[in-house]
Amino acid sequence: MKDRSLGSRLFDSANYLLLTIVALVMILPFIYVIAVSFATPEEIAQRGFILFPTQFSLSAYAYIFSTDTLLRSLGTSIYITLMGTFINLFFTSMMAYPLAKRHLRGREKILLLVLFTMLFNGGMIPTYFVVKDVGLIDSLWALMIPGAISAFNLIIMKNFFQQVPYELEESAKIDGCNDLGILFRIVIPLSLPAMATIGLFYAVTHWNTFFNAILYINDSSKWPLQVLLRDIVMLANDRFGDQSAVERSDFHPITIRMAVIVFATVPILLVYPFLMKHFAKGAMMGSVKG
Amino acid sequence: MNVNRLEKPNDILRELYKNSWLYLMLIPGLVYFLIFKYWPMWGLVMSFQNFKPHLGISGSEWVGLEHFIRLFSEPQFFKLFRNTAVLALYNICFFFPIPIILALMLNEVRVELFKRSIQTVIYIPHFVSWVVIVGISYMFLTTEGGIINDLIAHFGFEKIPFLLSEEWFRTLITGQTIWKEAGWGTIIYLAALSGIDMQLYEAAKMDGANRWRQMWHITLPGIRGTIIILFILKMGDFLDVSFEQVFLVLNTMNREVGEVFDTYVYTKGLTQAQYSYSAAVGVFKSVFALVLVLGTNWLAKKAGEEGIY
Repeated sequence: MKDRSLGSRLFDSANYLLLTIVALVMILPFIYVIAVSFATPEEIAQRGFILFPTQFSLSAYAYIFSTDTLLRSLGTSIYITLMGTFINLFFTSMMAYPLAKRHLRGREKILLLVLFTMLFNGGMIPTYFVVKDVGLIDSLWALMIPGAISAFNLIIMKNFFQQVPYELEESAKIDGCNDLGILFRIVIPLSLPAMATIGLFYAVTHWNTFFNAILYINDSSKWPLQVLLRDIVMLANDRFGDQSAVERSDFHPITIRMAVIVFATVPILLVYPFLMKHFAKGAMMGSVKG
Repeated sequence: MNVNRLEKPNDILRELYKNSWLYLMLIPGLVYFLIFKYWPMWGLVMSFQNFKPHLGISGSEWVGLEHFIRLFSEPQFFKLFRNTAVLALYNICFFFPIPIILALMLNEVRVELFKRSIQTVIYIPHFVSWVVIVGISYMFLTTEGGIINDLIAHFGFEKIPFLLSEEWFRTLITGQTIWKEAGWGTIIYLAALSGIDMQLYEAAKMDGANRWRQMWHITLPGIRGTIIILFILKMGDFLDVSFEQVFLVLNTMNREVGEVFDTYVYTKGLTQAQYSYSAAVGVFKSVFALVLVLGTNWLAKKAGEEGIY
């Protein structure tokens, strides 16, 4: 397409420029936070706005790891994310597979049941009492079981499973495999892009768990990372580390908060490239048509 | 392939046996939905009672519509509704168009590498938690040592208490939402844009149309259906302000404009133990939202567009 008129080129230049600005606005805050977390107190006093510190200091990081508060929280979040996502994928796929079979009696009614939950739900208070009655209060399971199956993800997975060629399942049946085996040995391996995408979305949700933890967990030693983060950054409870380091003024207090934020965000940024790789394949296929 | 004839119990049993594994596989999921989605719906009954946890639903006294009447007669109600609605309106006016515009801009980019790089960057905020985003804006905007206020003071102006002021609350919330979700929101529009026939553009170019006219006559009409559907969905979500976000930004100073239905439910219900009343508030909100979704869907169908249901 050779549209090289002046108007067209101006259009393009403006477009590229604006998009770059937008992207910068989105990412600069993160860069700032990372930069300050590594900065020395002298530099912070000197420069104010730092994008790249000239003197690196790891004292803030030393501080936040000097007690095991952060590490425990990190461990909790990792556990919730891994176990939670496994539970999600296991139960979502196990329910999605039968629903993908058009010949199954009662399928429409069950789908209706599922769809209705997307329109209307009991709300915070009744759900809280259900979780309480089931005995999950103050247990990490409260963060993994009440959200085990997302109706939305269930439907996406169902659509995906519907696309698996029946001949493959047929030949497995002939070889004596039952439906459960077909699901786990044939259908799921073939649906890896969908599983990976859905899994990663579930995982991000688990990693970012905040309010459910506030709601269901009272024991502060069981706090996932985001709750601790909020406590430190917004409620300014940053006295959890080795106080002698604070006295020595090894670092500016603001750096602690920055370091904790970096900690809560970096894992997502690390996982992100994998997400993007699978996302291109998996996401758009299932989501548009229902 | 369900045939409409009276089926003998034998046939049903045979179906069940033939597909026994499938039905077995459905059981955990069904139990999950029944316990965690439908049992709470039953729990809404507590909004018609004076629910006391130790008495349970069966033991608590029935008071009928008392809590709902209370809800509608308290001045709180109007305030909550106003706060929620205004935030939703800000969202629709300021947030909704942005992913569309960004998608259109991205669509015009011919250099694939640039396009993909920008996309990669603008998707990132979506995956970051609200705690981080509110935390970062907190650190930027605080009057003590926040970089924005330091800059303002540097130029001789008075520091602005963004985080505590009522005037800035809605802007703050909307700004954060844009930062977090604008990039991610472009995905569905980009998908729709990729479905527009390239030949239309070529034909238009031959007729002498410049970039702007091409966009107006081809691109925009091409994604009109998507925009409308997403608008309907947004309408259905009208009262659904991002709870975690508001919860994190709320404090005693901005509660007047910040308290929305969901935060009110939390405050009254779980911190002040007014379970039945807050459940009633929750019921109101859910029912209203349901009516909105079905209503806007019906409207869309009337307007000729394909609805959601």
